[in-house]
Amino acid sequence: MGQCFDLMNLADPTKYHEPIDIQNANSDVLIVQLRMMLTIRMVEQHLASMRKDGLIGGPVHLGVGQEAVAVGVSTCLRNTDRVFGGHRAHSQVLALGSSIYALFAEVLGKETGLSKGMGGSMHLWDQPRGFYGSVPIVAGTIPLAVGAGLAAKMSGTDDIGVTYFGDGAVEEGATQESLNLARTQNVPVLFVVENNLFASHMHIRLRQPKAATARFAAAHDIPFEIVDGNDVVAVHKAAEKLVGNARSGRGPGFLEAITSRWYGHVDWRDDIDVGVNRSIEDLENWRRRDPVSRLKASLERLGLWSAADQDRIAEEIRREIFSSWKRAMSDPYPNADALLDRVYATPVGR
Amino acid sequence: MRTSVKYSYGTAMLAAFEYLLEKYPEVFVIGQGLWSPWYVGNSMTDLDKKFGANRVIDTPISELACTGAAVGASLAGMKPIVVHPRIDFMLYAMDAVVNQAAKWSHMVGGQSNPSVTIRAIINRGGEQGAQHSQALHAWFAHIPGLRVVMPATVADARDLLIASVLCKDPVIFIDDRWLYDLTDDLPPVQDLDLAVQQPKCIAAGGDLTIVSAGFSTQLALDARAELLKRDVHAEVIDVRILNPYRPAVVAASVQKTGRLLVVDGGWRTCGFASEVIASVAERIPVGAMHKPPLRITLPDAPAPTSRFLEKAYYPSTETVVSAAWKLLE
Repeated sequence: MGQCFDLMNLADPTKYHEPIDIQNANSDVLIVQLRMMLTIRMVEQHLASMRKDGLIGGPVHLGVGQEAVAVGVSTCLRNTDRVFGGHRAHSQVLALGSSIYALFAEVLGKETGLSKGMGGSMHLWDQPRGFYGSVPIVAGTIPLAVGAGLAAKMSGTDDIGVTYFGDGAVEEGATQESLNLARTQNVPVLFVVENNLFASHMHIRLRQPKAATARFAAAHDIPFEIVDGNDVVAVHKAAEKLVGNARSGRGPGFLEAITSRWYGHVDWRDDIDVGVNRSIEDLENWRRRDPVSRLKASLERLGLWSAADQDRIAEEIRREIFSSWKRAMSDPYPNADALLDRVYATPVGR
Repeated sequence: MRTSVKYSYGTAMLAAFEYLLEKYPEVFVIGQGLWSPWYVGNSMTDLDKKFGANRVIDTPISELACTGAAVGASLAGMKPIVVHPRIDFMLYAMDAVVNQAAKWSHMVGGQSNPSVTIRAIINRGGEQGAQHSQALHAWFAHIPGLRVVMPATVADARDLLIASVLCKDPVIFIDDRWLYDLTDDLPPVQDLDLAVQQPKCIAAGGDLTIVSAGFSTQLALDARAELLKRDVHAEVIDVRILNPYRPAVVAASVQKTGRLLVVDGGWRTCGFASEVIASVAERIPVGAMHKPPLRITLPDAPAPTSRFLEKAYYPSTETVVSAAWKLLE
């Protein structure tokens, strides 16, 4: 745990372009992580292009470039943990093993989707895999994750709550209250900040006096780690430590992963962000801090991976995306009765 | 067979808490002031000592996080009860209530339900003023996905609290400190299905229909007793469940009596009284009412502090009786 709240080089997009350190990592795990990151990347790129073509009716908040965070964290999780997300949650649900097809169907508003076509991209649910839900209200699910962690503790299991949120969410009172409650009740919950330095169009330096959100963990006496969020091994290691703490009764942890999204806040555009021009130079540099190609380069350097391997898995993923999309497109929409029948557990007769 | 037990409205809720904590290990209680009679009266006495401070959790001053945590715990299989000793302070928790709990089932296709009960206490009068007084039931009743419960009787204080906690949906359970001294003899506890509960005729009569909920129902019953002295028979319907609101019982009564008086402890504009009157108007034939319906509400102003103004602000039995006479003229 460092006490330095300056991100220094981590916030500088010209740094950390080199392959990541995989010296002490298990190569089988690394290859699974690489494949998962590539899957998430290609799924989201597909969504970007379908949204651009007008085939997706609602907004999609894409996390291309941020794949290592959810993949690194999920490596330490199990399906009895309780994971919550925000508006940019495709990577978080896929990293837990959700089906590409069910995600596509949900984004298209189909009955066969993760949320039975009632949620779309911003309200995802796959509780059997540990994904309790994502919603677009900033910080909305953070207290929920604390409660789900508290429930695990009360039931005497060593499952944990996990909440993913962005750097903007620490500006909400809900987050500060949740950190305090989690610490005072010693709740097994992992707070994961995907700090991509932007909240919608606003850079963190215009919103906060310091760029490291982990200062709030320190203020609440919660152990924290600040990592290169585009280094899956670094994320995995830090998460392992904090998740281990939580499972063994030592309370909450706070993981701050510094990363960047390649697209704007919402939908497919990369040159503008909610109407505001982005620095193309910064964007180009962030793309060089690519979590996928850095891990790939590291594996290749040790002879654990080849261009042919990469082509092979990319082709497999492409096929799955193609068939999943095709199937989801032809699926039915929810029945009109769903409008009223899903408001309460027991439909209301008036 | 067990015989009936004498309860007050407050101890009836205490009995409900004890029953739930005893019988259901997934029930826990969280909120501010739970270890203090100052905040919750005699409705939670010694629960922390009996069931442990880890199941009856007195919390930091964080309405939003505590309510949200209860919602999250409910998604993980628990049946939490959140207590807000004054409903006014609960406004910090609106995201957890309105955006999360109320919409959760719908947003996720009915695959998961937040089975959380949020108990909010109305604690007005005593020169406490605008921020220690509000009755916001109409607000909550406006939100699809919330069940809104307002017990007016000792029996409902106990039995509807149990039904709320056992219900799979999020419930806003609103009790009123002005009712805590009410007493009654109750039979042994039975589990009720909240989803089938509805407004109840608690005193029959053929001359006019008085509709009310919570403390207002006591005003209605007191007014009925006054009217009986002059041989006027008012039918009193206690709404009990404000959302989802089922208007059939009220509409049938008004069709019979032809006169409708609604007594509501909330504000007038877009208040619950408006819903009661509108839903009757939609259901009974034109001409079935002898007089236009009347509503007694709070004036559209925040609660005052001074005792003098409080007297003008809150309706009394006399207010209800004189409105009834207007309908009977």
